[in-house]
Amino acid sequence: MIDRTEILEKSKERFGEKVYRPEGKDEIWFAPEIVLDFCQFLKSETEYNFLLDLTAVDYPDSFQMVYHLLSLENGSCLKLCSNLDKEAPKIASLYPIWKAADMMERETYDLMGIVFEDHPNLKRVLCPDDFEGHPLRKDYILQPVARR
Amino acid sequence: MLRQEGDFRTQEFLLNMGPQHPSTHGVYRAILTMDGEYVVHLENVVGYLHRGMEKLAETRTYTQFIPYTDRLDYLAGILNNWGYCLTVEKALGLEVPEKGEYIRVILGELQRIASHLVMLASFALDLSAWTGWMYPFYDREKILDLFELYCGSRLTTTATRIGGQPTFLCRVQKAVGSIFRLSPGHHRFASNLVTGNEIFQGPKGVAVVDRDMALDYGFTGPNLRASGVNFDLRKAAPYGLYGRFEFDVPLGETGDNFDRYYLRILEMGTVLAHRQASL
Repeated sequence: MIDRTEILEKSKERFGEKVYRPEGKDEIWFAPEIVLDFCQFLKSETEYNFLLDLTAVDYPDSFQMVYHLLSLENGSCLKLCSNLDKEAPKIASLYPIWKAADMMERETYDLMGIVFEDHPNLKRVLCPDDFEGHPLRKDYILQPVARR
Repeated sequence: MLRQEGDFRTQEFLLNMGPQHPSTHGVYRAILTMDGEYVVHLENVVGYLHRGMEKLAETRTYTQFIPYTDRLDYLAGILNNWGYCLTVEKALGLEVPEKGEYIRVILGELQRIASHLVMLASFALDLSAWTGWMYPFYDREKILDLFELYCGSRLTTTATRIGGQPTFLCRVQKAVGSIFRLSPGHHRFASNLVTGNEIFQGPKGVAVVDRDMALDYGFTGPNLRASGVNFDLRKAAPYGLYGRFEFDVPLGETGDNFDRYYLRILEMGTVLAHRQASL
């Protein structure tokens, strides 16, 4: 397990209770409203300055946002998680910090229905523009649809 | 935007560089806003290759999904298989036998050469150099024949399993040796034809992506190294047996089109040396 104590200490100094790490897991959880500040802090003050991927997971009680940041110096990944509301999942867009977030967030919106606030161009990217529903959600069941 | 120049009135128009196009190398659509011959604005439209693999994976077993991974980057099937199997093995805490790891490295690096050869060939082809396309593909055929010997298929290989490899490399081993004897010669010939050629100096200085921009946009792999960022996953976080090998990581300087092309040539050179070592 990589030693995350330094990052955790610095984060707790800045963000207090909004950042925490569950026992035994190599992830850092944060409250969704601080995502921009937290990622800006990680980008400028720690070695994790590269956005590797972002995605969402559909759990029964919430949508969980998962971000992976990469350290180019030692090749290690930092996993960040945050729980979003199940009925209306939304979180601020990371586009101002990393342009790479543009396409990744569009994909997450397209397939999972997470709305990214202040995203420059939040449209579907993989499914057709007139597609209905968000395919990767657990309640979306694959079934043949009569073509009109 | 309507303009008046002398007796001419000009206007910007939208041109669709549709998903089927010889230059886009795969299904990719660009909506261009043209001012005469100049492209003023471009909107990328992607998603034509979305096949719903993640959704399909929900109803497959882990092993059943391996053939789907071939088709993610269909020019580098073995590397996709390897990455997927590594993930599952890590989740399950499985250890792969050493011989299996060696086979993965050998096949993986051969696949890397084959994939880079396609890039070189297409680079030449986009500038109408048909010969420059032929020679890389000739070398690539040898590698694909090898894959066919190993797992029955040239492109959609499914060449790994979770926890190891399906078969041994015995018959393939001799054939791999012969690739090295032939390859450096061809490779030098082809690269002299293209790299030193004046026409191909055209891409120099075009589409420069500097270091900060590359990091901002999330470039990885050879494109990132062409922009001068010294990061190779094989060295930084070695997976499989990469920790045992010594190899150089070529770096580009300016990050223009030409650099991205040349870097792949250099990478292939290091890969060949690497291959020798692991045999």
